[in-house]
Amino acid sequence: MFAPGTAVRVKDDWPETRGPVHIRTPHYLRGMQGTVVRHLGSFRNPEDLAFARPAPLRALYHVRFDQPSVWHEGRAGDELQVEIYEHWLEPL
Amino acid sequence: MAGMEKDTPHAMHDLGGVAKFMCEAVDITPHALTDFDKQVDAIRGILGAKGIMTVDELRRGIEAIPEADYHRLSYYRRWVRSITDILLQKGVVTEAELRSALEAG
Amino acid sequence: MNIVETDGERLLLALRGVLAAKGIASAAEIAERIAITDSASPGQGARMVAKAWTDPAYRTRLLEDGSKAAEELGIPMRGMPPLGVLENTAELHNLVVCTLCSCYPRAVLGYPPFWYKSAAYRARAVRDPRGLLAEEWGTVLPEGVRLRVVDSTADYRWMVLPQRPAGTEGWDEARLASIVREGDMIGVTIPKAG
Repeated sequence: MFAPGTAVRVKDDWPETRGPVHIRTPHYLRGMQGTVVRHLGSFRNPEDLAFARPAPLRALYHVRFDQPSVWHEGRAGDELQVEIYEHWLEPL
Repeated sequence: MAGMEKDTPHAMHDLGGVAKFMCEAVDITPHALTDFDKQVDAIRGILGAKGIMTVDELRRGIEAIPEADYHRLSYYRRWVRSITDILLQKGVVTEAELRSALEAG
Repeated sequence: MNIVETDGERLLLALRGVLAAKGIASAAEIAERIAITDSASPGQGARMVAKAWTDPAYRTRLLEDGSKAAEELGIPMRGMPPLGVLENTAELHNLVVCTLCSCYPRAVLGYPPFWYKSAAYRARAVRDPRGLLAEEWGTVLPEGVRLRVVDSTADYRWMVLPQRPAGTEGWDEARLASIVREGDMIGVTIPKAG
């Protein structure tokens, strides 16, 4: 479990290059650092639901990212806030 | 390298920040849903409510559409293609049944 | 030709026939579902916003649990994804997008607008939100207001609680709801008193 305020990194992993998958972690966040805002609850892993496989519950977090840092452009202070599943997050 | 991947992701539906759409205008005019649209939407909802096909499977089916077709097809035409594809894969309907219905209709 | 490449209108007809024959989806069920979906519209979300503007306790409940707050106003939420409500303040403006597909708070706003589902919106909203808002909607945030883009990637659906505009003092809920547009609750526009 990640507490609110925890600094995390989105895994720099690219499963879509290895075979058919269904991933809900946007490409532009892979490898990016962010801060956990809150735990949103636990939900069945869509990566498995998409293939009608048994889908375990996974903790879902709202994670905040500094927007200009993601794109190397943009307005200072602007942010991105995205739902990310626990198995895509690493503590810093 | 992460920077390059942001302009052209590996999965074509993963559109956040994709360079070739950054200069494209957004058509903000209202577009009423057609009967076709509403029926496709309704069928997806019924299949979901009955536990036959999840929204995740719908999305996966859409994501499997070849890139050129993905952008050429209207939103709900992508849905009907995905629904058909997924239901065939799962054996909920068969190709023979669909071909027969196509010939009749 | 692969059967899934069949023209969509013909494919729909064939699919309807097969699904009806199998007892999976009858014409009546389809019609009923269309009627239910049609009953949702931005007007529902506007009622929630208007109530939040006039009733601080409701506002707190709305921000705490959007689904429950919607149900309080008679909006059916059973079986729907959880609703999150994003509060605009004097310091922060929220913008909602689904870059991966088209996730949208349908239960409270109805069908997503055409533009929300477009590649251009999905691409630009996370990377150049200020340019997007200014160029397409003429929306420019006041100086010092930060922008937060919320990408709906998972199980929640998000709507924006816009700020109540000046010039609406003493208005009742119905009048307030009448100035809240679909775009205000996604974050591409800001409500005005008119």
